[in-house]
Amino acid sequence: MKIAVCIKRVPDSETRVKIAADGLSLDEAGVKFVLNPYDEFAVEEALRRKEKAGAGEIAVFCLGPAAAQETIRTALAMGVDRGVLLQADKIPVDPLESAKTLAAELKGASWDLILFGRMAIDDYNHQVGPLVAELLDLPCVTAVSHLEIDGTKGVAEREIEGGIEVVDFSLPAVLTTDKGLNEPRYPALKGIMAAKKKPLEVKPVQPGSGLLEIVALLPPPERKEGKIVGEGAAAVGELVRLLREEAKVL
Amino acid sequence: MTTLAVLEQRESALRKISFEVVTGAHRLGQPVEAVVCGAGAVQGIEQVGKFGADKIVTLINPAFAKYMPEACAQALAERAKQGGYRAIVFAASATGKDLAPRVAAKLGVAVAADLTDLAVDGGAVVVTRPVYAGKALLKVKVASQPAVLSLRPNVFTPVERPKSAASETVAVNVSASRVTVREIKAAPAGTLDVAEAQVIISGGRGLKEPANFKVLEELAGAFGGRAAVGASRAVVDAGWRAHADQVGQTGKTVSPSLYIAVGISGAIQHLAGMRTSKVIVAINKDKDAPIFKIADYGVVGDLFEIVPKLTEEIRKLHG
Repeated sequence: MKIAVCIKRVPDSETRVKIAADGLSLDEAGVKFVLNPYDEFAVEEALRRKEKAGAGEIAVFCLGPAAAQETIRTALAMGVDRGVLLQADKIPVDPLESAKTLAAELKGASWDLILFGRMAIDDYNHQVGPLVAELLDLPCVTAVSHLEIDGTKGVAEREIEGGIEVVDFSLPAVLTTDKGLNEPRYPALKGIMAAKKKPLEVKPVQPGSGLLEIVALLPPPERKEGKIVGEGAAAVGELVRLLREEAKVL
Repeated sequence: MTTLAVLEQRESALRKISFEVVTGAHRLGQPVEAVVCGAGAVQGIEQVGKFGADKIVTLINPAFAKYMPEACAQALAERAKQGGYRAIVFAASATGKDLAPRVAAKLGVAVAADLTDLAVDGGAVVVTRPVYAGKALLKVKVASQPAVLSLRPNVFTPVERPKSAASETVAVNVSASRVTVREIKAAPAGTLDVAEAQVIISGGRGLKEPANFKVLEELAGAFGGRAAVGASRAVVDAGWRAHADQVGQTGKTVSPSLYIAVGISGAIQHLAGMRTSKVIVAINKDKDAPIFKIADYGVVGDLFEIVPKLTEEIRKLHG
């Protein structure tokens, strides 16, 4: 089985967000970057599929700056065979431009599966996966939390409001992975050592600027300072009064 | 210019989130054309007229009995190409998140996704979307025409603007699908999804053990079918609650009218999923817990005393 996994380097979710002087972007000073958590499910799933089949090839593709080599090494340390960095200083704000760049690289290589995380935790777009699927004209199932594959037939489950959708699809396909699909492994020391010697190709790319333009990056509106109503069950009467009369939600 | 509002149906019944989509579409001006993919007539569809749809279009094909992503995308993209629309607005629901990028790609554009605000500013569509776990808002100008947009659920409270909407049904042809929904395993009857509840009572590690979620279920019950029980990542990872109930970065993003966080300390990744709630109440024994920093109202103390008392008071109100 030949599997491509598209991954992204993102700020850790605990990052304190400081807006850069341009008012348009994140001040990256002191920010810790990690492999996007949803992409870990994709990498893990690829590894499990290969292990089950006993043969195959897994490559990761990452659109990002030079520093994203470190992100790729994380995936290599988990067990991926090789990595490709599509190097660009800036990831376009328009997801279609990211998708076009990835699709151009993935095209024509006869992947059985192309996996993505369901979304990146920095920009919350949840669409580069399905956009790539459309560009490559491949079937696509998003937010997969359970997966079975038999030959060229697959069955995936995805959470929807109030239930679970069971979806049949044919391979080759693009899937985006959700929590629940698997439990991603931690890279072992042996894997980390091995990763240093695995192939990592760097290809400069120039994504287009697209049709979305950032006007501003702003702090979220301050929530009006809250109050501690009181302590223990004795405060409940006052809480209910405030919810009724002040907040008007009861 | 017309805005196209994409409605949702399940089993031929209109989903309520459709009203939010029509309401949000109105922010870009009038007229608003509502469109749905259905296997036949969609029950309740005339109601979108109440929320200001000028025209209601049902695209009909037997394949639409279940959600058919490829066929729906094809039908909607073809409609969009005919129309000269300013924008196409989806809900950022499980279906909308799946469908919007497919339609967008067919039109050669991307989606500005999961919006909490949208407007026309100097002739251009300008939208706002939370990024970095809700710790910042990105304001984006969308130069594509149409602008393809998806709206965060529960943010656009439906506003009534009664209109006598014209109806149109169009039989559409679709290509064979490579992706087909076989079935929907429904949650047990009577359970409300956290993504759709007006009131959410979420529990964390402070509940001490899974069986204790009963106290939260009783409080939810006191709201008479409007409330759902949510959970923090810690208790989902521990296997106490299902992932479907998880609120936060690796779970669901919610914006209910009232969010009650019980025994939840308030890790950033939890706040990411609920900080756009309209009113937040925190109940926690640790007065320094970060959840109190974003809560509108806090009660410090033993949740096993506070929550049952609250249940009793809410029952009295709804009695």
